[in-house]
Amino acid sequence: MKEENENNSRRKFLKFGLLAGGATIASIGLQKNIMGETPASGEKIKVMTPDGKLVEIDSTHLEKSGVDLTAYNKELRDGIAGKKFIKVIDLARCANARKCIQGCQEAHSRQAPVEFLKVIKMKETELSAPYWMPQSCNHCDNPPCTKVCPVDATFKRKDGIVAIDSERCIGCRFCMAACPYSARSFNWGENWGIAKVKADGDASCISPGENLSNRMGTVQKCDFCPEMTSRGELPACVQSCPNGTIFFGDANEDVVSNGEDTFRLSELLKKRGAYRYLEDLGTEPRVYYLPPVNRQFPFEEDTVKHNTTE
Amino acid sequence: MDSHTYIDLDHHIHTTLPMEEQKRHRVEMREDVLRPVRHTGLIGKVWIVFLIAVMLVGAYAYYLQLKNGLKVTGLRDYASWGLYISNFVFFVAISLVGALISSVLRLTNFEWHRPLTRIAEIIAVAGIMFAGLIIIIDMGRPDRILNLFIHGRIQSPIVWDVIVVSTYFVSSALFLYLPLIPAIALCRDQLTNKPAWQRWMYKFLAIGWDGNDQQWKIMKRAVSILSVLVIPLAISIHTVTAWLFATTLRPGWDSTNFGPYFVAGAFQAGTACVIIAMYVFRKAYSFEKYLTDVHFNNMGKLLVFLSMVYAYFNVNEYLVPAYKMRGAEANLLNDLFTGPYSPVYWGVQVFGMALPVIILLFKPARRPLPLVIISLSVVVGAWLKRYLIVTPIMLHPYSPIQNVPPNWSVYFPTWIEISIVSASLAGVLLVITLFSKLFPMISIWETLEGEGIDLEEMDNQKS
Ligand code: SF4
Ligand code: SF4
Repeated sequence: MKEENENNSRRKFLKFGLLAGGATIASIGLQKNIMGETPASGEKIKVMTPDGKLVEIDSTHLEKSGVDLTAYNKELRDGIAGKKFIKVIDLARCANARKCIQGCQEAHSRQAPVEFLKVIKMKETELSAPYWMPQSCNHCDNPPCTKVCPVDATFKRKDGIVAIDSERCIGCRFCMAACPYSARSFNWGENWGIAKVKADGDASCISPGENLSNRMGTVQKCDFCPEMTSRGELPACVQSCPNGTIFFGDANEDVVSNGEDTFRLSELLKKRGAYRYLEDLGTEPRVYYLPPVNRQFPFEEDTVKHNTTE
Repeated sequence: MDSHTYIDLDHHIHTTLPMEEQKRHRVEMREDVLRPVRHTGLIGKVWIVFLIAVMLVGAYAYYLQLKNGLKVTGLRDYASWGLYISNFVFFVAISLVGALISSVLRLTNFEWHRPLTRIAEIIAVAGIMFAGLIIIIDMGRPDRILNLFIHGRIQSPIVWDVIVVSTYFVSSALFLYLPLIPAIALCRDQLTNKPAWQRWMYKFLAIGWDGNDQQWKIMKRAVSILSVLVIPLAISIHTVTAWLFATTLRPGWDSTNFGPYFVAGAFQAGTACVIIAMYVFRKAYSFEKYLTDVHFNNMGKLLVFLSMVYAYFNVNEYLVPAYKMRGAEANLLNDLFTGPYSPVYWGVQVFGMALPVIILLFKPARRPLPLVIISLSVVVGAWLKRYLIVTPIMLHPYSPIQNVPPNWSVYFPTWIEISIVSASLAGVLLVITLFSKLFPMISIWETLEGEGIDLEEMDNQKS
């Protein structure tokens, strides 16, 4: 089961940074080529042009879109330059496999009861059909959570991510009270929901701004996996969904991908009648949902109870 | 009249009691109010030991919480605020009464408030002290409290709260202290058989008061200024506390009515607290002559009025949304009106608000004993109401609560939380008790001034 999942993620491993970064970079790169600024290396890389076509360009014409982690930690508060991360969740594909939760927990070294992502059974009215809805932090553009933080320990970055500086958080939990999506969770105790205690410095899967050994009494949540996207990978939940439910990308480049399929963001949203959860509240979420129409799976009630012990 | 004659800044008409009579009166009152400071009976000692014991249990509980984290509480990701925050709101609420009794009644020339000012002020000071403490206890990382000053964001209501709570604490403490100076000087001169530290304290705090005209003038001017200043401060501390909730989008908190609703509730709860304190001091310290049935009667009327105002805001807060029964709010309201919270909800509304209004309209109910029973019910109701304002709303978020451990979708405070909260209540009572054992609980000069008695003799205390 575990191995299968690992294979799955490996299969879906994707040079996401290149693909998503492609649109703008391609044009710059091609321009530069015409002007003869840089000598070509001969190594070709596929990128997407602004009009959605895949073209091959020389690798030297690509500007690095990923940022390495040390630089990233410095830029914790600014975010990755030039990016506007965005997520699209196709409810027609969600079969409550709960693999995204597992993938997220593994990537962040978490375990029950901590779930940054939840798959919630939704049923709006008596007559409407139930559906499964993966929910996590929406990285709102008008985030009620960051507004109330007394010490600027949670903040909105230029790349769209709402991040937490766990070294600064005083644990007042005002942000949790303010988040209308119940997206935040708290480190209620030492190593709360930590699967494997890693040494500080082993930063492979750790949110920027998160101190491993000093987390107790601070708040945490979905971080849009910037440490993975900066390595050119898709976020853990996207990689681990067997049904390709979750798409991730960059709004600046107008592109999202679930690892298998890549779409023009604007077209996908338009064609599929995308909406945002609790739009009325004016939080301006950066997570879009595609309504559960033409479903790929019939709705099946969950027979097992999940996450039952602390 | 010599140079020691007190000149009444408020131009009160002085009665022309014979000098002898006035003097007798003064000496008698001085002895009456100093008596509890002179001796502490067995009951008093047992009471103090009991309060300290409760606080020690709470301190141990807090030690466990510091060591193990907030997981020792019943709080979890959904009910992430609970008993501590309810209790914080309660303490802020009762502290407002200082401003009500000492300022509002003073500025509106309700003379009968005079013997009550000190009781109201010490409740205010003790309440706000422990409000500040309990909010630190609620923090996940109290060790980082300085971040509030290093990285404080003025946009956050918590920072507003820190500012107004500390300002209100300072002004309430001054408001308690300044009119107390003559009494401290009296203690300094009269209580010469007290331990050295206590005599030193009186001497220090009396800041060389000898009751000359200049001193009286400055003190009274300062008190006048403070009494005006403290009203907007008191209203803002509780409004800002209400905004901790109202600035969020949660159904049930997302209300523009919250500020005045909280302030109205605070005045009502605080008044009930003062009535209870009056009753206890009257019995324990034999203050029958100063805290008379008239005072109870008037406080009873005040409580009726404030309960009515509070009821008005409750109608706005609950009935208007209930008329609309809008989506997410409807679940919450149904749970309050007919669901699992309904016994507490209706208990609080009936015993904490409706019944007091009805019963206290009848004069016999405003006699000390029935009034204090009703006040107790108001205070308990007020405390539970703060619980109802926090917990059910946390447990009714927009998004359904699913796939969480069973203890996450409910909230039961643990013994740790209960002991800490009990300790904070004990702390408030201890501060009030100890204060009353160190200083006179009734302001002599204010009371005598109200009775139109010349204060001349006060300045010559050794005579
Ligand atoms: S979903 Fe909640 S935690 Fe995430 S940005 Fe929006 S308000 Fe903040
Ligand atoms: S819990 Fe931490 S991040 Fe949240 S509001 Fe308080 S200090 Fe800010």
